[in-house]
Amino acid sequence: MERPSLVYIQTLSRGDKSFEEKIIKLIKTEFPKEVKKYFDALKRKKYLKAAEHVHKIRHKLSILGLKKSYELAEEYEHDLRKNKAKLEDEFNTILFSITNYINTL
Amino acid sequence: MNCIIIDDEAAARMIIHHLCSNVEELNVLKEFSNAIQAVKYFNLNEVDLIFLDIHMPAFTGFDFLQTISDPPKIIVTTSDKNFAIDAFEYDCIVDYLVKPIHEERFLKAISKAKNKTKISSVSNDDLESLDNDLYVNIDRRLIKIDIPSIYLVEANGDYIKIKTEEKNYTVHSTLKKIEDKLPDSLFLKVHRSFIINTKKIIDIEGNSVLIKKDVIPVSRSNRAELMNRLNLL
Repeated sequence: MERPSLVYIQTLSRGDKSFEEKIIKLIKTEFPKEVKKYFDALKRKKYLKAAEHVHKIRHKLSILGLKKSYELAEEYEHDLRKNKAKLEDEFNTILFSITNYINTL
Repeated sequence: MNCIIIDDEAAARMIIHHLCSNVEELNVLKEFSNAIQAVKYFNLNEVDLIFLDIHMPAFTGFDFLQTISDPPKIIVTTSDKNFAIDAFEYDCIVDYLVKPIHEERFLKAISKAKNKTKISSVSNDDLESLDNDLYVNIDRRLIKIDIPSIYLVEANGDYIKIKTEEKNYTVHSTLKKIEDKLPDSLFLKVHRSFIINTKKIIDIEGNSVLIKKDVIPVSRSNRAELMNRLNLL
């Protein structure tokens, strides 16, 4: 499984540590909230709502350099909009991995 | 240019704001997580450029565009590549940035936003500049190439191959150097190894473009810009 990294943030920051700290802090705050909302929507079988949260999470995946996970999330979001959730387990594994990574930052 | 950022995701707004802060000409007036609030602000303030997310709950970027009258220049910022075709139906949209946004691509979009103003005021000069010739050094001779006759430039190690209507030239140079010499109005880098003359395109299929007899790959990151150049029905 691919591993998250801060390469994109560091490239973007061009050494601006204050920006790096701010964006990481924001991701650490936003990501768990988005994940919680996603799981709540999924539990209530509100697939369209869940898709909207996956959409936001998807951007975080790209910020953390997770290309394959991003593609899977894109497909999952598309499926959710059609009331299908067959990629749920794979997507949830990605969320678990990112949550662990974010906790180390 | 006075600009505003409309995106429902805070991290996206922060990234765009950061990129803007590196460009002297850009002045970020305000950020909005909600496009409805942005409509109110836009109606009361002088805004030159808007960074607009498309996919927002309740009121989308397209809803925003349909609501405002006399829109300024818009740079679409989105995670959805699929909206590109719809987006280019709006004359005000100067570029389409797919997230995650990289600085080099962002600067290109800003350059397009600036040039959009220039095109309307100096279009005659622009046309005249198309008559320019390009001189290339081959075996210690400077050979003149008629720029509009070039249909393809291909990178090949330390050399580039320039293909024209009449003949091909192999020159010791880089794609970056020749890209700077060719007019943006005609030429586009569609792949890290290829620059094409967009007027010579025969057809586009999937992620490749047919130009003369050459099938050229179009990288994902350049596809939206290529679509932007086309006069789509």
